Amino acid sequence: MTRLYTHRLLPILLLIALTVWIDLPHPDPVRIGNVERTIDVVRGLDLQGGLQVLMEADLPPGATVRTEDLQTARNIIENRVNGLGVSEPVVLVAGNNRILVELPGIGDTEQAVATIRQTALLEFVELERADLALVGIPGAIRTDFGLGTTENASVAETPTTTPAAASTPTGEAAAAESTPETPQPTAQVFTSDRILHTVMTGADLAEALVTQDEVGNLGVSFDLTERGAQVFGDYTSAHVGDLLGIVLDGTLISAPVINQPITEGHGIITGQFTPEEANGLAVQLRFGRLPVPLRVVESKSVGPTLGEDSLRKSALAGVIGLAVVTSFMGLYYRLPGLIADAALLVYALLTFAVFKLIPVTLTLPGIAGFVLSIGVAVDANVLIFERMKEELRSGRTVEQAIELGFSRAWPSIRDSNLSTLITCAILYWFGSAFGASLVKGFSLTLALGVMASLFTAISVTRTFLHVVLDNLRQAARPRWFGI
Amino acid sequence: MLNIVGKRYWFFGLSLLLIVPGMAALSIWGLPLAIDFTGGSLLEVRFEGAQPPAPAQVVDLYLELGFGEPVVQSAAQDEIVARSRTLDETERAALVRAMQEHFGGAVTVLRFESVGPAVGAEVTRRAAGAVGLAALGILAYITYAFRTVPGAYRYGLAAIVAMLHDVAVVLGVAAILGHFFGWEVDALFLTALLTIIGFSVHDTIVVFDRIRENQRLHRRLDYELLVNHSIVQTLDRSINTQLTVMLTLLALLLFGGVTTRRFVTVLLIGILSGTYSSIFNAAPLLVVWHKREWRRWFGRGA
Repeated sequence: MTRLYTHRLLPILLLIALTVWIDLPHPDPVRIGNVERTIDVVRGLDLQGGLQVLMEADLPPGATVRTEDLQTARNIIENRVNGLGVSEPVVLVAGNNRILVELPGIGDTEQAVATIRQTALLEFVELERADLALVGIPGAIRTDFGLGTTENASVAETPTTTPAAASTPTGEAAAAESTPETPQPTAQVFTSDRILHTVMTGADLAEALVTQDEVGNLGVSFDLTERGAQVFGDYTSAHVGDLLGIVLDGTLISAPVINQPITEGHGIITGQFTPEEANGLAVQLRFGRLPVPLRVVESKSVGPTLGEDSLRKSALAGVIGLAVVTSFMGLYYRLPGLIADAALLVYALLTFAVFKLIPVTLTLPGIAGFVLSIGVAVDANVLIFERMKEELRSGRTVEQAIELGFSRAWPSIRDSNLSTLITCAILYWFGSAFGASLVKGFSLTLALGVMASLFTAISVTRTFLHVVLDNLRQAARPRWFGI
Repeated sequence: MLNIVGKRYWFFGLSLLLIVPGMAALSIWGLPLAIDFTGGSLLEVRFEGAQPPAPAQVVDLYLELGFGEPVVQSAAQDEIVARSRTLDETERAALVRAMQEHFGGAVTVLRFESVGPAVGAEVTRRAAGAVGLAALGILAYITYAFRTVPGAYRYGLAAIVAMLHDVAVVLGVAAILGHFFGWEVDALFLTALLTIIGFSVHDTIVVFDRIRENQRLHRRLDYELLVNHSIVQTLDRSINTQLTVMLTLLALLLFGGVTTRRFVTVLLIGILSGTYSSIFNAAPLLVVWHKREWRRWFGRGA
């Protein structure tokens, strides 16, 4: 018996060690193998201040918006938002015609809304090898187009999105090869000190598609307008072997090498693309501007002071709540109560670790959901202990009472928690469809809390209880169980 | 042994006593819906280094700018909350600039929310849908979980009745608090309401589960006695769980931030009502149904 439960204790202790490690502050990203990510609490807008904007497709009545278009618009907005220099912005498709943008810690909300709704600018620019370090850094590229000094470029009034005859580029079309190695991003943030020359803007691009050659390598083919073909032909003829930068809203998104002149008005960008990358590039080329017009239907902003204050107070309330509940459990249920307290602590550590790992955006209602789930976690233990007391009173031994307590309390624990999870699922769906992130945060934390509480109440409490009984013979007296 | 089921009509009466005034308040004053549901803008600002303006001055400023007539309240000493028609970011900026010019000092925007009227209407519709869906999901689950018991759907329906009881109590309280203290029914309130629904059913199921178990063990026992027995057996658990949830909520209420205070209060009321309704309404209701007591109601004149 002793062996059995000590055996079970080991994985639990390992789990505790792991959660403690995750719960400790990790200011720097953690690297395991070649996966690198940050382990940190993501605070919601209501806790750190910021702006939340809900936008809706602005279409004539009766018209429906395509899911792909909405997704594309989301990607483009995400790019723009990244240019604002906000830490951890959130851009989500909400429901079937809305996009939710959350910008934590933003001060100038008027400017932010303007940036989100602006028309994006796609440019093809002259590039030097040294500029490769700027790939993917938001807003790092400055071009002469914005300064109005170029003659070649034209204003991107309406980049045509009418699909040109879907001609698959043929072999004789020029091919440009994307630089094989992507430069490693360094800690230092670069900005081009030179002003780069804009060859052509997105207005002269007719169509961009993902293609595949005979050996299965992915590429992005593009067709140019007549004028674009002229400009591009002249430029590429004179710059074979040079780099061509593709810049979206000041961010260098790709830098292929010009392998041969592109005079026919279509070409292919090849390279080591994954399907996602190829598709992403095609989408960015095609839709420099938003594929659907959007209007703001809801905006909420919270000042940073209010958020900071709320966070401190809620955390304090959580700690006090936990302390009061553990004291109550210890006083009322004695030995099992204390063990449940230990399990509750494991529960709190575990839930917090899950929050950090997923990561769950912590909002005020989210914290309330977490604190409330402490109550749920206790409930499972209370159900079991009350059952144990009943079995003890009816004359069973402590060992029997424990087993019966767990097995007989289980159906009600299962059924009651499942009904809470059903409610959580419906709330989550409701929150997602409206961009009501507060409701969503609450249901997610409550659901995770319920699941974690099921695990700790059943496995952790039970193992702890058995281990204590196995090693402390005189503990097997009903008196220790509050009888 | 405590006879709870025997006094069931007293407990139903107590429930009515709680629900009727709330429902009356609801039908007279309506629900104090926040801009989340009605659409509109809410601006909360703090004035520092100068005398904060009187609400009437703020109303005049809105009218002067052509932003319609707002409802303005003083929140804390140097803070005001203004609710108006839907304003966009440009209008908000203009408004804050105008406040700075008119009232002097530093104007800090603590909170600005703007909801289009169409979105508000849709949120209301979907919220009702979400509550309905939750009820259906729970009814289906209970009917499934109690499939071995004769008349399983009764358990589901009794749980739903208890749940509606709690919804009625909370909505009534909201209408009363809204009228006297300016509380609002917003997205957070809705979250609280849905949590209460979840907890109410959670509590009810624990009692029902015991009835299910006892029905297997004591096949001969009279149903009324059996139900009462089950309630008493789970009473310790109901009280203790209630107590721990109450304690955590009280901690949130006393030490938590201002933002969640109303949310937590609503939860407290609702969860208290949820425990009451599962013990004193849901389970006794099963007995009423079992005995088809409604046939006697009018004969007795009760």
